[in-house]
Amino acid sequence: MHPAKKRVSRKAITAWLFLAPSLLVLGGFTLYPMIQAAYLSLTDYNLIRAAKWVGLDNYAELFGDDAFWNAFGNTVLYAAVVTPATIVLALALALFLDRQFVGRAFVRTAIFLPFIVSLGIIAIAWAFLLDPNIGLVSYWLSQIGIVAEQGVLSDPRWAMPAVMFVGVWKNVGFYMVIYLAGLQSIPEELREAARLDGANAWQRFRNVTLPLLSNQTMLVSVMALIASLQAFDQIYVMTHGGPFFRTETLVMLIYREGFQELRFGYGAAISWVLLLFVLILSITQYGFFQRRQVKY
Amino acid sequence: MTITRNRSYISTRSLTKWLSTLAGIVIALAVLLPIVWMAFTAFKPEADIVTFPPTLWPRELTFEHFQEVWNRIPFAKLYLNTIIFAGSVTVISLLFDSMAAYALARLQFRGSNVVLVGILILLMLPFQVTLIPLYDMLNTVGLTNTLPGLIIPRMTNAFGIFFLRQFFLSLPKDLEEAARVDGASEWRIYARVIMPLAKPALLTLGLFHFQYNWNDLLWPLIMSADVSSATLPAGLALFMGQHVVEYGLLMAGSLLSLLPVVAFFLIIQRSFVAGIATTGLK
Repeated sequence: MHPAKKRVSRKAITAWLFLAPSLLVLGGFTLYPMIQAAYLSLTDYNLIRAAKWVGLDNYAELFGDDAFWNAFGNTVLYAAVVTPATIVLALALALFLDRQFVGRAFVRTAIFLPFIVSLGIIAIAWAFLLDPNIGLVSYWLSQIGIVAEQGVLSDPRWAMPAVMFVGVWKNVGFYMVIYLAGLQSIPEELREAARLDGANAWQRFRNVTLPLLSNQTMLVSVMALIASLQAFDQIYVMTHGGPFFRTETLVMLIYREGFQELRFGYGAAISWVLLLFVLILSITQYGFFQRRQVKY
Repeated sequence: MTITRNRSYISTRSLTKWLSTLAGIVIALAVLLPIVWMAFTAFKPEADIVTFPPTLWPRELTFEHFQEVWNRIPFAKLYLNTIIFAGSVTVISLLFDSMAAYALARLQFRGSNVVLVGILILLMLPFQVTLIPLYDMLNTVGLTNTLPGLIIPRMTNAFGIFFLRQFFLSLPKDLEEAARVDGASEWRIYARVIMPLAKPALLTLGLFHFQYNWNDLLWPLIMSADVSSATLPAGLALFMGQHVVEYGLLMAGSLLSLLPVVAFFLIIQRSFVAGIATTGLK
């Protein structure tokens, strides 16, 4: 009994030693700052003066702040459009690229490539393409009758669709690869059997392929939702949150309040609202998929 | 009769195939437009860039923007910073992630479930929540505007631990048991048995870490207000804010900054697809 117990504990020590570096870094640079953010959100702090306790004042201010509600609304709008658009497009592209044809490997690589490159950098090229005077896409759009006089990115109606489009463009290839891996794991016999039973292409997709991809769909939707709630890079480069704050998302607002206005306490309060929002949505989403999975 | 039907079947099939190829190439070119545009513009003379109507093809080729970018922007410094930042984060976090994943996947100990759940929760949390305190913390110890300040908080990653744990779980127990019977230590089993088997997963995760940090904008933007520790995306984005018109220069710099990640991806492409297909991303 005794030696066995001793062996178990030595094993446990080994396990904790393997975990130690990661736990120290995660604890010190993720968990601790997260808790610290909760504390800062209850203070007035600008990096220079010591933090002054203000209780729930920041949150009270937040809920009466038009800038916050604007950013919150923009974030919800962005996520509500970009998340489903990315998922549907990723699935459609995966189904298309699951077929055999000449040049398939090239097309797959091309669609995946935006995920590899920096959005902060490639957004510079997008801004250039949409430049009202010398941009190629602006020119093409004007040829088909869409003219934004100050340019798409300065037009309150078009700026948000433009940054949304770039957001979808960036990530769709990655989710497509996940769907492709899923499609390859579906045995061909299942679809063949459905075909012999007289199911048409849509019925085979709806009743065989789609249910068998539910794991991928869950993963892709959780990841795509979290990513779209954190949209920043292309917005920072292309519009800086403008015009008239039309593209200012919560992360843009955290950046502006925290690092430009130096209102650290207020910025931390916005961060915590974002955190709670992400958590509630992710848990709801997870619950939704768990229930659906039981059905099959 | 049969032959004709058969033939027409074959020809519709090959027609669909050709249509697929055509559609595929159109999609690929549309997706690649900004990258192709960037590449062509980098070689266009300034006069060609500002001409109207704009054209995709350069009428004339020039290398002036590539020469200029080294003089006008501290480009070499930005480049070197980005290599050090993304490179060391990738290497260190692959080590730390894989060690933690080994403990969680292959060693039984009390509390492993608690650790795993904790990591899964951290996986969901937006890192922006930590930005302000993290900046404050590193500022207090004088690590803002330094490369270590950029690197240290990124030395491990909840996603990486989870990703490798899923892969390690799929490996057979036999080899490891044999080594254990031979008296090998856990460290040795990790380094000599598990790690070599995990090569596709490690390369895939390595690409994720490398591209994520190479490309990251928000973190270096906040941490590095001056050029001594700024990275390419932050440096170029700041330059764009100050000198909007010099697109030729920006495109040349941008193009050069995309090359390493694209090269990395093309080199490990095969392992990458295998890594996605065999790991927990199922």
